[in-house]
Amino acid sequence: MSEQQRLLTVENLRVTFDIMPRNAWPWTRPQPLKAVNNVSFTLNEGETLGIVGESGCGKSTLARAIMGMVPSQAGKVVWLGEDLRGLNLKQLRKRRQRLQMVFQDPLASLSPRMTVGDIIAEPLRTHYPDIKGAELREKVDAIMDRVGLHPHQKNRYPHEFSGGQCQRVGIARALILEPKLIICDEPVSALDVSVQAQVINLLKNLQRDMGLSLIFIAHDLSVVKHISDRVMVLYLGNVAENAPRAELFANPRHPYTQALMAAVPIPDPERERAKPPAELEGDLPSPMNPPSGCVFRTRCPLATEYCGREIPVLEDKTGAGHWVACHYVERDEELN
Amino acid sequence: MAMLEVNNLEVAFDTPDGTLQAVRGLSYQLEAGQTLGIVGESGAGKSQGVFALMGLLPDNARVSGEVIFEGEPLLNLPEKRMNQIRAARIGMIFQDPMTSLNPFMKVSDQLIEVLVQHKGISRKQALQESLQMLEAVRIPEARNRIHCYPHEFSGGMRQRVMIAMSLLCRPRLLIADEPTTALDVTVQAQVMDLLQELQQEFNTAIILITHDLGVVAGSCDQTLVMYGGQMMEFAATRDLFRDPSHPYTKGLMGAIPRIDEQMDELVTIPGNPPNLMNLPPGCPFCDRCPVAEPRCYHELDPPERFGAERIRVCNLPREAIR
Repeated sequence: MSEQQRLLTVENLRVTFDIMPRNAWPWTRPQPLKAVNNVSFTLNEGETLGIVGESGCGKSTLARAIMGMVPSQAGKVVWLGEDLRGLNLKQLRKRRQRLQMVFQDPLASLSPRMTVGDIIAEPLRTHYPDIKGAELREKVDAIMDRVGLHPHQKNRYPHEFSGGQCQRVGIARALILEPKLIICDEPVSALDVSVQAQVINLLKNLQRDMGLSLIFIAHDLSVVKHISDRVMVLYLGNVAENAPRAELFANPRHPYTQALMAAVPIPDPERERAKPPAELEGDLPSPMNPPSGCVFRTRCPLATEYCGREIPVLEDKTGAGHWVACHYVERDEELN
Repeated sequence: MAMLEVNNLEVAFDTPDGTLQAVRGLSYQLEAGQTLGIVGESGAGKSQGVFALMGLLPDNARVSGEVIFEGEPLLNLPEKRMNQIRAARIGMIFQDPMTSLNPFMKVSDQLIEVLVQHKGISRKQALQESLQMLEAVRIPEARNRIHCYPHEFSGGMRQRVMIAMSLLCRPRLLIADEPTTALDVTVQAQVMDLLQELQQEFNTAIILITHDLGVVAGSCDQTLVMYGGQMMEFAATRDLFRDPSHPYTKGLMGAIPRIDEQMDELVTIPGNPPNLMNLPPGCPFCDRCPVAEPRCYHELDPPERFGAERIRVCNLPREAIR
């Protein structure tokens, strides 16, 4: 491959929701909930970025903000050199041909009243009304075949399919416009292990064959490890760490990433039982009322009083793209 | 004698579309203080199998077989007797703590109700004991939080309340149906550690139902693998992971992405879980099995016992699985 093209750059993206406090008077001002706070990353063509974090860390909101499905309050989403945030809906629709999404709940994201063939054809009908009849049918058949569905199933309805097959329909629908990037929001979380592996392998093969980029959102670190080139760890709407896959898993630097990895159960009795007991105490703090300074400090084993005053800056600690936001992670010596 | 003995348990549901055979010929034993893991994918019959022991199945269910708990047969027990056993001698934790706690009742009232009902102690005493139990499951500021409603707790804390509630009467057996599936990994790790600690303290036997082989590896003494309503394999957890003797177990282990190893391609099990309405007459796994023989489609050998109390249900010899 020649020089990789920069596909997507997200800069200091911020999404806040206005929430009415409980027992509020009609004239009470709503309080802001920072769902995504100053998130920045870049994605090259053909690359897969994994985004992990616990529930409520802003993974899905980030995905939706990139797509323009929820309004963002500050920052930039630069797609092929153009900021998507300034566009109106009509312009945005056009860009979305190359920027598709696959959702978590396979059945809920497909219309129960449309046949699978119609669901897959709908994006083409919307964006290319000229494609009709045999040509349309051919395209739908080809894409169904590509994702491992039988073209003769296209007159069936989503409820006749299993979860894994529905997820394949969702992937086919995203693929038919030949996108450059697919944002997968927890695409395998609702599936059984054996079917999950089928869908992960399918996504990996599609990516290799079609040169796709993926943003793969999951709460399961082992799934992300399997599919990603880079991994970004979010905590309470903030980036904790962002590093190349091998580097992150071999040498996690942020205390949150370390704890998250230690918590993943290993399917091997000897190794799993040799592990020290759970490190992280407590639950995620409420995003309505995040801790001052470093948002992780309330659960962090390294936290000091200083962490409550200063917000840590996300910086490249190795000079090779290993970004960490923590006061107590030292930069490599040669950089100082 | 084993504390719990399940012999040839069958569960079927009468539905408008016909009979659905959820559990077929399930047999296992559990000793006091031990942990048994039941793993399988959705529709494997894991939950229905234990709901049957607790008498929690809906009216259209037909149950047959034999369940003996501490010498007493449980199936078809009168409701009144069953209620004395539930919670007092067999506790249960469900997957979703929000739907299994009463949203209209304060946590304190729900906990007190259990104690007053089963132990017949005064409310004041019951409150004291409930408080101790909430402290045992490490709910911070239990003294204040006990008077909150379930929605005021986070998911992990709610599951702790459930655990506290199920352990109030010190049951001899705790059935945990996917207790950590709805929780984040960091919270899952906390809850599993807590369960193991409490198990040692109270010497409770646990049946842990899960689809996560990682959770099984961490906490179960024995593991039972189910597929299509039937037992496929039963073994000590270490033996099962070291040397799976069933093609389904093997497939399941290859399909899990692992954090501790680098793998290029996941081994997949082709196809989809079977439709329980019309299972093949032979092995339920035959359609997806990589080594299936023609006879697997219409017959299945009886369970084969071998090694250290291991059981496998497969037509093929063990050597053919490796």
